[in-house]
Amino acid sequence: MSPINRRRILLGGAAAGAGLALTACTSNDSGAPAQVNVGDRNGNAAPGQKVVIGFSAPAADHGWIAAITDNAKAQAQAYSDVELRPVEAGADAAAQRAALSTLIAQKPNVIVMLPHDGKELNATGLEAMKAGIAVVNLDRAFPSAAAYRLQIKGDNYGMGLAAGQYVGQQLKAKGVSSPIIGEIPGIDSLELTQERTKGFNDALAAFGFKVANRRPAEFTADSGQAAATALLQALPKMDALWNHDDDQGIGVLAAIKQANRNEFFMVGGAGSKSAIDAIAKDDSVLKATVTYSPSMASSAISLARLIGQGKGMSDLVELQVPKEITLASETITKENASKYAKLGF
Amino acid sequence: MIAETALPKPPQRWDEGLVRNLGLVGVLIILVLIGIITKPELYSDPAWVRNNFLIILQQASGIGVVTVGMTFVIIGGGIDLSVGAIIALAGVWATTVATQSYGAGGMVFTALVVGLAVGLVNGVLIAYGKLVSFIATLAMLVAARGLAAQISGKQTQVSTNDTINSIATTKLLGIPLLVWILGLVVAAGWVLLNRTTFGRRTVAVGGNPEAARLAGINVKRHTVLLFMLSGLCCGIAAIMLTSQATSAQAAMANLYELDAIAAAIIGGTLLSGGRGTIIGALFGVLVFSTITNLFAINNLATEVQNMVKGGIIVAAVLLQQFRFRSLTNLLRRRDVSDKP
Repeated sequence: MSPINRRRILLGGAAAGAGLALTACTSNDSGAPAQVNVGDRNGNAAPGQKVVIGFSAPAADHGWIAAITDNAKAQAQAYSDVELRPVEAGADAAAQRAALSTLIAQKPNVIVMLPHDGKELNATGLEAMKAGIAVVNLDRAFPSAAAYRLQIKGDNYGMGLAAGQYVGQQLKAKGVSSPIIGEIPGIDSLELTQERTKGFNDALAAFGFKVANRRPAEFTADSGQAAATALLQALPKMDALWNHDDDQGIGVLAAIKQANRNEFFMVGGAGSKSAIDAIAKDDSVLKATVTYSPSMASSAISLARLIGQGKGMSDLVELQVPKEITLASETITKENASKYAKLGF
Repeated sequence: MIAETALPKPPQRWDEGLVRNLGLVGVLIILVLIGIITKPELYSDPAWVRNNFLIILQQASGIGVVTVGMTFVIIGGGIDLSVGAIIALAGVWATTVATQSYGAGGMVFTALVVGLAVGLVNGVLIAYGKLVSFIATLAMLVAARGLAAQISGKQTQVSTNDTINSIATTKLLGIPLLVWILGLVVAAGWVLLNRTTFGRRTVAVGGNPEAARLAGINVKRHTVLLFMLSGLCCGIAAIMLTSQATSAQAAMANLYELDAIAAAIIGGTLLSGGRGTIIGALFGVLVFSTITNLFAINNLATEVQNMVKGGIIVAAVLLQQFRFRSLTNLLRRRDVSDKP
């Protein structure tokens, strides 16, 4: 073997070895426990007719979406009469459509899906419903009412409203008459971001306040850090800040610490475990967060099971599960953080 | 065989590089002047102005380091679309719980090795697998982000290492450590491109690979080294970004590839290879960083900012073509006039 060849092989081997060594010292620690409800206040949890539930949610790289899938799987496992058949949603709406077609052919009783985009998956919802499979839409609405049996979603407008009300009340209590308020939304082109901002502005307007500066990020910690750094530089003095997303909030809080700023208070969004912990500890500017909980996936599986068994929600007079449920956006503060700790993701 | 010493040298004609860089300095001054006119109340505070200058540099630091690596790759005739994904993979790997337990040294080592390893794979695919760099690094963009999502369990990996986190807050002689790192990388890049055989070979390989091969340069090995250099820069940037955000996630450094390519081109690097400068690329990054700052202090929407960025890129390339054409015309005229 020539020296050059030997050297190349050694180099290749070293590179492969380094890769393996790095793989060996890697671990996945998703941390937060899944959100599961196994309470049986109304007898609905008692084992009944077997229900096969198909499930599809995008494999996005964001903590919230990861929690959606984890919650759905954990909730399904809590029932002995539920068989969950998850299918990968792929990278886009077309891939999810293809995956769901194969699922529909297997004729499950119910399909729970968080579509890439409700409008793009509407036809798939209709197809499943026509095939006699009840569809539970998770969070991203279908335009056609015939495309779903139940829709369960968060309240983006309500989230902004809750954040704005908290900010307004706090500032009013402090006696600040013309406050400087900052806002760091997520991806600005998304409808959900626009709804959140509208809710925030509407709530502030009721107090006679408005946002002084608004720097969008991209739902990631590094983009949150960059947006917050720019915002803090633009506003040398600030009274309050709303950051739409707790995942990007890790970066926002880092930027605030790096700039040595603490003259204002901050409200988060979504209700991540780290945000709830920080609020409970009360050692940073983060004083509250408004929920947009992935616990809706657990509820969706529970309700899909009831739909499959033809049961209703026994607290209600109706014999069947309602058609639409919108979760309330709740405000987590130091006072109630312990109550919400189990819902953190 | 052509002697390697006869190969074209990197652009050291001070006139051309200087004029372009002066143009970029002019753009920077105009941007600052717009800031002063639109927000006089902020610019009247000297402490704020000094801090603002450092923040512009600091915000340019991570992308600046990536752009140095990208400039080498482009001058060498390739393109690296995977830089953002390499940062995400290196950052996520360095912040994974198991890796964090080895301390700051372990995290930095991991990030650098991951960057180098991915660069090696890119380079081998392109040089020996004969894949076009656009395709190979596009594939790596998708794959590396996928692997980063897998490793991180799709969760934001928070860095609990105080040493790593303090990189973003540490200052030396009143200047942030991140800015020093950018300065060192730029200086090393400048020396490597303008004062070493490696730099001359890079220009030769990008300008005419066949001529470079005939001149005795191992073009394939050099291509691998260029992509490894880009990967190494991404590894450094991964630590810088992780320290700033005190965390890493699979979606971090989104669209860094486009920002780095744009900055390199604005700085005078030819997309077809064979020509470019490190200082120009640094000014390209600073122009973008200053625009972001200007838009932030005036509370202007980022979508307009992106349109302005797009306009600047088009203007820079048009200017490049115009200058190239006029230079060619000039040479042609000289050629004619030189004839007896």
